[in-house]
Amino acid sequence: MLIVTLLEALELGLIYSILALGVFLSFRTLNTPDLTVDGSIVTGAAISAVVCTAAADLDPAVQGVVCILGLVLSFLFGMGAGAITALLNTKLKIQPLLAGILVMLGIYSINLRIQGKANINLSSRKTIYSMMDDAMGGFRWSAIVLGVLIAAVVIILMYGFLKTRLGFALRATGDNEDMVRAAGISSDRMKLLGLSVSNGLVGLAGGMLAQYQGYSDVGMGTGMVVIGLASVIIGEVLFGTRSLMQRLIAVALGAVVYRMVIGVALYLGMPPTDLKLVSAVIVTIALAMGMLGENFSLWKKKSRGGDKNA
Amino acid sequence: MLKIEHLTKIFGKGTINEMTALNDVNFHGSAGDFITIIGSNGAGKSTLMNCIAGVFPAESGTITLDGIDITKMPEHKRAKYIGRVFQDPMKGTAFDMTIEENLSIAYNKIRKRGLQAGISKADRELFQEKLSLLGMGLEDRMKEKVRLLSGGQRQALTLFMAVIAKPKLLLLDEHTAALDPSAARKVLEQTDYFAKDEKLCTMMITHNMKAALEHGNRTILMQGGQIKMDIRGREREEMTVEKLIEKFEIDNDRMLL
Repeated sequence: MLIVTLLEALELGLIYSILALGVFLSFRTLNTPDLTVDGSIVTGAAISAVVCTAAADLDPAVQGVVCILGLVLSFLFGMGAGAITALLNTKLKIQPLLAGILVMLGIYSINLRIQGKANINLSSRKTIYSMMDDAMGGFRWSAIVLGVLIAAVVIILMYGFLKTRLGFALRATGDNEDMVRAAGISSDRMKLLGLSVSNGLVGLAGGMLAQYQGYSDVGMGTGMVVIGLASVIIGEVLFGTRSLMQRLIAVALGAVVYRMVIGVALYLGMPPTDLKLVSAVIVTIALAMGMLGENFSLWKKKSRGGDKNA
Repeated sequence: MLKIEHLTKIFGKGTINEMTALNDVNFHGSAGDFITIIGSNGAGKSTLMNCIAGVFPAESGTITLDGIDITKMPEHKRAKYIGRVFQDPMKGTAFDMTIEENLSIAYNKIRKRGLQAGISKADRELFQEKLSLLGMGLEDRMKEKVRLLSGGQRQALTLFMAVIAKPKLLLLDEHTAALDPSAARKVLEQTDYFAKDEKLCTMMITHNMKAALEHGNRTILMQGGQIKMDIRGREREEMTVEKLIEKFEIDNDRMLL
């Protein structure tokens, strides 16, 4: 049924919304497309999977806490990956794109070391999703409830952070580095902070993804940065960027829409092997829409004829 | 206040493009001074300012500001004592942030930047009150993004941001050059107003020789990386654009405007 397909896409989309929010921080706030994402999401998934596997030997009462701890570690290890990219960029003056590629390449080996093998199966393990399922009495869509909860917390924390003095400094760094330095802020330190938090969120998304789908695979990161970018752009074009809160919600919803488009395409019989090509095409269209975005909103303004808020 | 001794800056040292932009510059600026700087293109005016601000390091010499040696201090650290306005109106503000957010960034230059609220209620009232001094109606548009402002409004805002954290030194690098005449006049009036502060030393680069002699209390002329003239008081009052041109054989038409 189509509705089931859409709801399943929503479950997955809510996890990808955390990824999208992370990519938003690097791509929009710092104005750098950060390729570390393809590696850091796997790091998050690997850590989370290893921790959940280890939890199986523990007292069932603490297993749940350990799964949550796994997500915290996913966040922290993701931050580490982002920090390395930022340091390569700021200390060694390697171009941001290249720094991201280097970390993405190197981290593949680290992810393999963390996992100890190419993939980890979690199908019968306790995860945050199985816990939520139990807590809600086997409710079919408990993953949606959990996803909305986590996304809401992340959005609120991000909004709060971006409205602090430190958050202002971070946002200004992507806008205008000269101004930031003239205002007594170390732009290098802001890039370190921004890329760390960004990849921390990506790592968290990876950790959630592993627990949701019940496995972690070292190859699962390919194309994740593209999905993140697509989500950011689709969300902004569809849901608007007027205020910061609106923008964050738009980005999160962008990820959901992206998953739904893919879900429907698969439902309509697209072979899964074509997925990557379709992803690339969607992102190309989304980027083009972003380019045309200003004309698009101008056109909207005209058609509403002098409406003050158009 | 500002003491520059034997400052030398060479670009592309050791290459065929080697160029001495500043050649053993010595200069002393006092608190309350408003110094206008003139000179043709390539005379070293902007290089001097960029060396003071720490955009790039000097080859030799020292820069002391209020007793502190800032010669080797990183740009963002010495920015605590220095306010700057650039020629390009886009360069001084974060375009995708609101007026009040930009003000907050500038205002918190000398404060700790942690997880405090970006703008407190007291901050907002202070910004509003001070913005009204600019007389541009910006105080009613504090939640608008800076990208919506005109060049003149942006430059006025940047100037205001440069002085809001009470710096010791204000560096203005042709900050009215990109504006239309009426906006330029307005920003210059505001510059005069802020430069009146007795604790502040202001340095303004301009290509407009008339403005250079009309504003401030001291004028220096740079040529070939050196300060060739430094006038104030009576000597400055008697100086005219014509005399300057005669004396220094200035051939740059733009400076006559």
